[in-house]
This record gives sequence, C-alpha cells and structure tokens, in this order.
Amino acid sequence: MELTLEKYLVWMKEFAQKISEQKDYLSDLDSKIGDGDHGNNMARGLTAVNEGLKAKQPADLTTALKVTAMALISKVGGTAGPLYGTAFLEMAKLSPKTTNLGQLLKAATAGLKKRGGAQMGDKTMVDVWLPITAAVKDKQLSAEKIKQAVESTKPMEAKKGRASYLGERSIGHLDPGAVSSGYLFEALLQAGVIK
Amino acid sequence: MKKIINDPQDVVAEMIDGMVRAYPQFVKKIPETFAMIRSDQASMKDKVGIVSGGGSGHEPTHAGFVGKGMLSAAVAGQVFTSPTPDQIYAAIKAVNTGKGVFLVVKNYSGDVMNFDMAKDMAEMDDIPVKSIVVDDDIAVENSLYTQGKRGVAGTILMHKVLGAAADQGASLDDLEQLAQQVLPHINTIAVALSAATVPEVGKPGFELAEDEIEYGVGIHSEPGYRREKIKPSKELVAELVAKLDNSLQLAKDKKYAILVNGMGATPLMEQYIFAHDVLNKLAEKSIEPAFVKVGNYMTSLDMAGISLTVFELADNKWLNYLNYPVETMAW
Repeated sequence: MELTLEKYLVWMKEFAQKISEQKDYLSDLDSKIGDGDHGNNMARGLTAVNEGLKAKQPADLTTALKVTAMALISKVGGTAGPLYGTAFLEMAKLSPKTTNLGQLLKAATAGLKKRGGAQMGDKTMVDVWLPITAAVKDKQLSAEKIKQAVESTKPMEAKKGRASYLGERSIGHLDPGAVSSGYLFEALLQAGVIK
Repeated sequence: MKKIINDPQDVVAEMIDGMVRAYPQFVKKIPETFAMIRSDQASMKDKVGIVSGGGSGHEPTHAGFVGKGMLSAAVAGQVFTSPTPDQIYAAIKAVNTGKGVFLVVKNYSGDVMNFDMAKDMAEMDDIPVKSIVVDDDIAVENSLYTQGKRGVAGTILMHKVLGAAADQGASLDDLEQLAQQVLPHINTIAVALSAATVPEVGKPGFELAEDEIEYGVGIHSEPGYRREKIKPSKELVAELVAKLDNSLQLAKDKKYAILVNGMGATPLMEQYIFAHDVLNKLAEKSIEPAFVKVGNYMTSLDMAGISLTVFELADNKWLNYLNYPVETMAW
C-alpha cells in the first residue's frame, strides 16, 4: 500500500471537495461545542493546499506533503491548522525513507498527539486518527470503520480544546475535528489509495 | 445580523488597514501579514521585543497596545481564531534586535499551539524566544482534565508590566522571571448579558433570554458556570468579588490594581456604575486599590458583558510598571 504522488494528488482533491461541500455542516457542529469556524477555516486551508499543489507542480511525494503542510499551517489557524499541519509535516519528514501509507499515518498520528497533547477518548481528532491508522496498517480500512470512529466521539466528554470548558455539556455532540478527519479518510478510500 | 462591514471574509484585513492608516504614528503593518509592529522602531533598539496576538474581535487588544513602553508587535488572527505560526514568526523576526523576543500567549489551545510552532521556527534560526501563557480566568477550574484556565482581560496588565520592564532594559530571562511571578496574582472573572456574533457565522454564539445573564463566560462567548435572571449591578459585583476573594484572599494590608473591562456592547455608563459598586464592595473590606482602569480593553466583538480583574501588587515595582508612560492607541 504505497502512497504515490499521483494518488496523493487525487486524495487531496477529493478531500478539498468534501470539505467544501460540508463547510457549513462543520462550522455548525463547531458552534455547538467550539467557536463555529472549523468549516470556514478548513475550506480556506484546502483551497490553499490545492492552489499550492497546482502552482508548485511538486516532482515528488515529499515536496507535495510539505506544500500541503505549509498551506494548512499558514491558512487554517485555530487548532486545526497546527494539528493538520503537523500531521502532514511528519509524513513529509518520513516520506524519503518510506512511502508505506501505514507507516506515514503512524508518524502523522504521533505528531498530532505530541502537538495537541490529546489521548484516545479526549474527544479530538486523535479518536479518529488512531483507530484509522491501525485499520490502514491491517488493511481493514472501510467506510464503516471511519463512521464508527467519528461517531465514537459523540458520547465522549471533551478533555482538550475549547470544548473542554463545556465539561459534561460537550457530551452528545460530534467533535468537528473528528468529523473533518473522517472526510480525510473517506477521501483516501475514494482516491483508490487503498485497494 | 446587522454590522458595519463589507464582505464578512474581509473584516480582519480591512480593520488592520484602517488601524494603520488612522494611527500611523503607532503601528505599521508587516507586508503580506496580519502582523503590526511599532512605527517608532528606534524605541526598540537593544531591547527585548515583546510580541502578543490572538484572534481578531478583541479590539483594542492586541494592536491597540503596540507602541513605546508596551508591545513591540501584535499578530492578529481571523475572528476568534489564533494567528498562524508563519505570521507570528514574521513578527518575531521583525522585532528581534539581538536581545531575543518574549511572547505573551493566552491559554487557548489554538493560541498555545500556534505560538509554540512559531517559537520552534525562531529557535531553528537561533533567535532566543521565551513565553508566558496567561491563564487569569478563575471561572474555569484548572484541572488535569481540561485545557486549564483561560487567558482573558488580565492579559492586558501582563502586557503593561512586561512592556515597561522591557523598555527599562530587562533581559529575556528577567522578563520570564517577572512574568512567572506576576501571573498567579492576576485574576479575572466575567459576566455576560448576551453572546457575540461572529461575522462569518452570522448568529450569536449562544442564546440568553432577554432577562438572563451568565456568570463566568470566556472572551469568545464560551459558557460560564451559572445562568440566572438579571440582577442589579451591586449584586453582580457581590458575586464576582466573592469569587475573586475566594481565589486571591483579598486583604486590607495588600495592594491591588483593578481593571473593569467592557466586552464590546456594554456602555461606559454601565461600566462606571459597575466600577463604583466594585470600589464600594472593596471599601467594605477596607481596601482602596492603588490603581484603577475602566473601559473596553479585551472585548468580545458585540458581546454585552463585563469582566473584573484584580491584580495583587505583591511587589512595589509592579505599580510603577502599570504607571509607566506609554505611547499606544489604546492604553
């Protein structure tokens, strides 16, 4: 399960498409437990990612991952910018050594955990990235698994980020970062990276 | 939503252009960024640069405090969204005169992460950077299981103290030590009458009934600790002072600075009524503050509400820092 430059570009295009379609839904989810800007921020970031990839015409996967990371870091802001940015930066750092998707996602998830300090069960992106990375490594990734991981954040009480100030009142809402991460992995399936 | 804007997407860019054109004597923009630095760069010579920033919508914070004697630069993010690390880093580079740069960050996860990344970038380029994460809001209990206390209006007093010390030649290490000493002595608590409306969202962050208030809200309309029917100013003050007393142990033999801060849609008339009640309440404890400030300093767009900050002046020098002259838009 190698991540090639060609497949990567399709993946990012699919991801941007989903984010653009679900922009209002993501911001709406965020307004329930955060500050209501996750959809707008991600849409701005993914537009920059695809514009950057188009303009720079990266010759290899490492460059493409770096372009993605820098666009997300400089355009998204909030917590999603540094978190998604760190994930792609970690993949960029590892990609000269391996293009194995499972390995790349493992490095990305480790970066995410370090930057945000979140653990499994804290109602964050990590609750999607950890199980999905495991599923990719076991060649078991499916739309159903992604949905389960995203839905698992609903009954959780937030321990990180702005939602943590709500305490128990955060229960019953999906974590917006988990939902956007779900789109990222759905896009991965649709791009045919995993067969 | 009724607002004096053009396109909701352009509010931050247009606001910054307005600031630098209205007050060119204080601030100028770093091209291609939302970062503003002092116009009078000679005043930063051989001094540690002080950089703060955060989401837009808290004006006059942060650019309003850029100028001689206070901040060296301010970095604005999108509305209620942290600025990005590349922009923070651009500000760090612009104000570093060789003595290093000190960052004042509010304890919100986005701010903490983005300033951390900017610090990493600066360190890679051998610029010494230190920082303080301000967490003055006592409404949210500090615990291992949440993000911890939020950084709110008390941050302005941190800017003032550090800015004065830096202007008098404090080193990067001195500033770090000073910031850490000051931090636990600054406590803030707020009450909201209505939530803010983010232009790109178009509706208020939460709904409060016409006759309801919420104690302990943050500066982005995040929830507080109790909602109840509106009360007279004196009773709001009694609730907030009791919370601060609990946290700071107010005592007549100690010195205090007080900041009464409007959240954006609270008339100054109401702020002064509230301030009068605060001073009465403190007088009951035989406390006469050594320093008082009333006005809109850390706003939350159009949120109606008010916050009360009590800064215990444990060191006499801190009062001198608060009174130190500055040249800024908003202090």
